Amino acid sequence: MSASVAPRPRSLHRFANPGRFLRLSELVLPWLATGGLVLTGIGIVWGLFFSPADWQQGDAVRIMYVHVPAAWLASAGYLALALCSAISLVWRHPLADLAAVEIGPVGAAFAAVCLASGSLWGRPTWGAWWVWDARLTSVLVLFFLYLGHIALVRAFDSPERGYRAGAILALVGVVDLPIIKFSVVWWNTLHQPATITLTGAPTMYIAMLWPLLFTTIGYTLGFAAIVTARLRAAVMERRIRALLMARAAEAENVA
Amino acid sequence: MTQLPYVAGAYALGLLIPGAFAIAAWARMRTAARRLAAIDPRARRPRR
Repeated sequence: MSASVAPRPRSLHRFANPGRFLRLSELVLPWLATGGLVLTGIGIVWGLFFSPADWQQGDAVRIMYVHVPAAWLASAGYLALALCSAISLVWRHPLADLAAVEIGPVGAAFAAVCLASGSLWGRPTWGAWWVWDARLTSVLVLFFLYLGHIALVRAFDSPERGYRAGAILALVGVVDLPIIKFSVVWWNTLHQPATITLTGAPTMYIAMLWPLLFTTIGYTLGFAAIVTARLRAAVMERRIRALLMARAAEAENVA
Repeated sequence: MTQLPYVAGAYALGLLIPGAFAIAAWARMRTAARRLAAIDPRARRPRR
């Protein structure tokens, strides 16, 4: 006689268990935070004091070590937001909704850093704080998409309806990502084209590339650590609400 | 270096904004963990 065994949860749904997520993230979070701090620190000191100045832009080029990681994370964060939205719409993954809500403000903050540092770089280099260039405008649109998502998920009395509406907006907004990426190719822009590509060798001096690599990886780990900490808090807050509501219902029944 | 104010401004924003988010996230997580431990019977059980 064969004993009946409960089916093993599918790989993705294993992580839908909030308890499992809390246990796993408790282990991962210190590594993400420490790695992010150390690598960003090394990259910033290297970029500020040891990397060479650009022959044309002078020391203003050092803004790159903050601007490029922020730009990368503004786009990558939105991609993660859209991915969570797709998972939420297709599989109704409970953590995906919370992750999308928690990624939104962090991504918006990095998009704001990208825009502000770009503006501070543009003033000494181009002579203007802002130009309605295709790259700059498409990143500004990305920032507004983040703000729209933040507002939309909080605009409904029912959180589930907010999650659905936010997920649809996030998926529609994905169209902005290739526009950002290829804006410098499709249009004649003031913004420089990509210096680092997947297919070719970087067109950047190696002494500038290393600190950029450090800050980019450090910022990425830092972004992941912030989102993980926010997601852990959101999961615990949800559990607190559920427990308090259960207690209130119990007290009502007794009365 | 004439570009120093621009470089300093960009680094200040690039470190302060993510730093503020990191501190806020950590504080929120600590508060939630403390509140949950106070009301959740499972949180009080020793881990095996």
